Amino acid sequence: MIDLLINGTSRKVDVAPEMPLLWVLRDELGLTGTKYGCGMALCGACTVHLDGVAVRSCSTPVSAAAGKKLTTIEGLSADGSHPVQKAWVAHQVPQCGYCQSGQIMQAASLLAKTPKPTDEDIDSAMAGNVCRCGTYLRVRAAIHTAAGQEA
Amino acid sequence: MTTTAMPVTRRDFVKAGAVAGAGLTIGFTLTGCGPRGAEAVADVSTPPVFLPNAFVRIGEDGHVLVLAKHLEMGQGSYTGLATLVAEELDADWSKVRVEGAPADVSKYANLAFGVQGTGGSTAMANSYEQMRMAGATARAMLVAAAAAEWKVDAAGLTTENGVVTNPANGKRATYGSLAAKAATLPVPEKVALKDPANFRLIGKTAPRVDMKSKSTGTAMFTQDFTLPGMLTAVVAHPPRFGAKVKSFDSTAATAVPGVQDVVQIPNGVAVLATGFYAAKKGRDALIIEWDESGSFTRSSSDIMADYRVRAGKRGTVAKHEGNAERVLAGAKGVVSASYEFPFLAHATMEPLNCVVKLGSDSCEIWNGEQFQTPDQGAVAQVTGLKPEQISLNMLFAGGSFGRRASPTADYVIEAVTIAQAIKGRVPVKLVWTREDDMRAGYYRPAYLHSIRGAVDANGAPSAWHHRVVGQSIMTGSAFAGMIQNGIDPTSVEGASDMPYTIPNQQVELHTTTLPVPVQWWRSVGHTHTAFAVECFLDELAAAAGKDPVDFRRALLTTSPRHLGVLNVAAEKAGWGTPLPAGRARGVAVHQSFGSFVAEVAEVSIEGGKVKVHRVVCAVDCGVAINPENIRAQMESGIAYGLSAALHGAITLKDGKVEQSNFDGYQVLRINEMPVVEVHIVPSTEKPTGVGEPGTPPIAPAVANAIFTLTGKPVRALPIGL
Repeated sequence: MIDLLINGTSRKVDVAPEMPLLWVLRDELGLTGTKYGCGMALCGACTVHLDGVAVRSCSTPVSAAAGKKLTTIEGLSADGSHPVQKAWVAHQVPQCGYCQSGQIMQAASLLAKTPKPTDEDIDSAMAGNVCRCGTYLRVRAAIHTAAGQEA
Repeated sequence: MTTTAMPVTRRDFVKAGAVAGAGLTIGFTLTGCGPRGAEAVADVSTPPVFLPNAFVRIGEDGHVLVLAKHLEMGQGSYTGLATLVAEELDADWSKVRVEGAPADVSKYANLAFGVQGTGGSTAMANSYEQMRMAGATARAMLVAAAAAEWKVDAAGLTTENGVVTNPANGKRATYGSLAAKAATLPVPEKVALKDPANFRLIGKTAPRVDMKSKSTGTAMFTQDFTLPGMLTAVVAHPPRFGAKVKSFDSTAATAVPGVQDVVQIPNGVAVLATGFYAAKKGRDALIIEWDESGSFTRSSSDIMADYRVRAGKRGTVAKHEGNAERVLAGAKGVVSASYEFPFLAHATMEPLNCVVKLGSDSCEIWNGEQFQTPDQGAVAQVTGLKPEQISLNMLFAGGSFGRRASPTADYVIEAVTIAQAIKGRVPVKLVWTREDDMRAGYYRPAYLHSIRGAVDANGAPSAWHHRVVGQSIMTGSAFAGMIQNGIDPTSVEGASDMPYTIPNQQVELHTTTLPVPVQWWRSVGHTHTAFAVECFLDELAAAAGKDPVDFRRALLTTSPRHLGVLNVAAEKAGWGTPLPAGRARGVAVHQSFGSFVAEVAEVSIEGGKVKVHRVVCAVDCGVAINPENIRAQMESGIAYGLSAALHGAITLKDGKVEQSNFDGYQVLRINEMPVVEVHIVPSTEKPTGVGEPGTPPIAPAVANAIFTLTGKPVRALPIGL
């Protein structure tokens, strides 16, 4: 049994310690907002927060999450009211939407560390998150808005 | 407004017009069939009571449910279809919800195809009248209900924001309060559509209907869909195209905790488990001996070498005007160039997947369903069921770019054969890994274009001789009937119908046959023809000593919409004005799927790498239904095309696909995304597509800028320096 603290709730999972956190979230706990895209930490679709830091859950063993505060897109806010989520809607960022949980989690982590990021800060923090719909310009603008800056 | 896939020729549009009438009649029969599909309608408190036609449902709480016949794969189809309905319905946009329609070609056919399916950037074009009629009919019945209630003439009543008002006495009734009464009234045979001058939503940018679910992780993709008892299947696919399973040992696989079953299917060996992790581990533990006697073992370099030889020979003539060969034989300074294009993977963010529940007399399928009628037919053939026994639930697709419009229903059939192999014991979710997805084929075909041309003493092109070599997408598919006189239109579209006034033109095609499955990829044939035509045009302009924009203008005097977007893009980009040292502009203009797009790219070369700073895009897509979505789709099409231009290549080495994930198959990331400015050319023409037309011009615009910068033309993609 592995004890997890997910989105403020304690959960116990009976899985192998090396099982990737992504599949524990999706298949064991039904938290499907976190997406599978590549399985190799190359695309960022599976991004979650461990103690506030963005990690790729597809390449993080579940054992590494034990004893840490784990936040997924479902726990970023109760109702989509996190400033990044609000900015995402305001800028109409998502298209197909599949990568956007990861984009939002990565952006939230960036802003927690760098509240007023420059374009360069954004590019450097977000370059690991692939969007095949090419929503990058809106991602950039929405992050500026969430930071309270002019986009 | 759809991203992807089916080519639509002018002939198709004419045909679509003929089908449209019938489609409307059929589409407007009353249906008691409840909606199925993707979008969770969590905030709808009451079931709909007013079902005036196949597309509109209204509840007593005032919600309006629009049934979308087109897949939402990012291109904004759900929002666009709902906008058309809500415009004529005078609905309150905040109460509009959208769900995917079920598979039923009698109600939900794409009027451009005659079958149910999404593609060819046709969603808005084929629905423009149909969805407005659906909204207008519902509105007329709600007004009639109010008129009956108030005992007044319906003609005196007005509607706005989901409310009927009697201006004479200020009485108001919400659509919700009128829904039950409206449901008892006859469906009017004829209703008038609004004068476009009175549009409140069309042209005004209604916010997308899927933003909240897609920014909170609640949007339902196939990857997220589960059924009680469902098992996840991961398949070991052959290492090369044409290989088959000879034998396999599943001992170690079945020993993996969670693995429930291992079955052979035509495509390989499937491991079924309680979750993805166990299924994948089980697959990795399989020991398979492959029969490689039928394997394709050639490399991309062999394929291209063969294409170069073919390009030296006469092909099937796709266009013949004047006598290009004779003029070139006598011309001085003939310019010749070959352009080479690799295979491309769609690489959607959501790797392919499909959920199947197989019964003795039914087969229910959930996926990002793009091609309902062909998929129904293919599943019927494999299962022996009737097409109407196969129900398809259209969930959101995490991208498609053409991939989910599979002409052979490949991955859907794979999922069905797994369900058959376990005799339908439990529902099955087929999940492809990224590696499966990238190595499965169904690529944009590799092509080679060989062009010769000349300019006359005045610097005007006198002849253009163009050979295209590559696989046919339509051969062997449900669309083979569109191949006429040996010409697959998707191989030459954009070249055989180029708009430039050149007196002697010949376009020839060599269709090759390879066991590498190929498919439409965002903008289909235009992905390569636009590059070859627009780059060669710049080579001719250089030979004539002319400015690329002026050179094009002179050749577009009979193509006003091409000229219109070219002029807007050139002006807004500041064409001809100075740039910082080391930067250059390149231009391309191209029509696809009925829409006209010109793009000007500002490019530099930094540290041996191409850097695209800014792209100015002008688009004429007829009536601009949702300007913000048009801008988003141009940005998206440019990013997708730029990805391929800078990085995209699937290569074969001894028949094996060399790429497997985003490390080997690089895609555009945020740090490479240029500033994009989109200018929508005002138009009153019928709306045409925006999902695909942004893609074709970007690669040639960037390549032409590099040509200007370096003096060296770009002759192969991806761009190598």
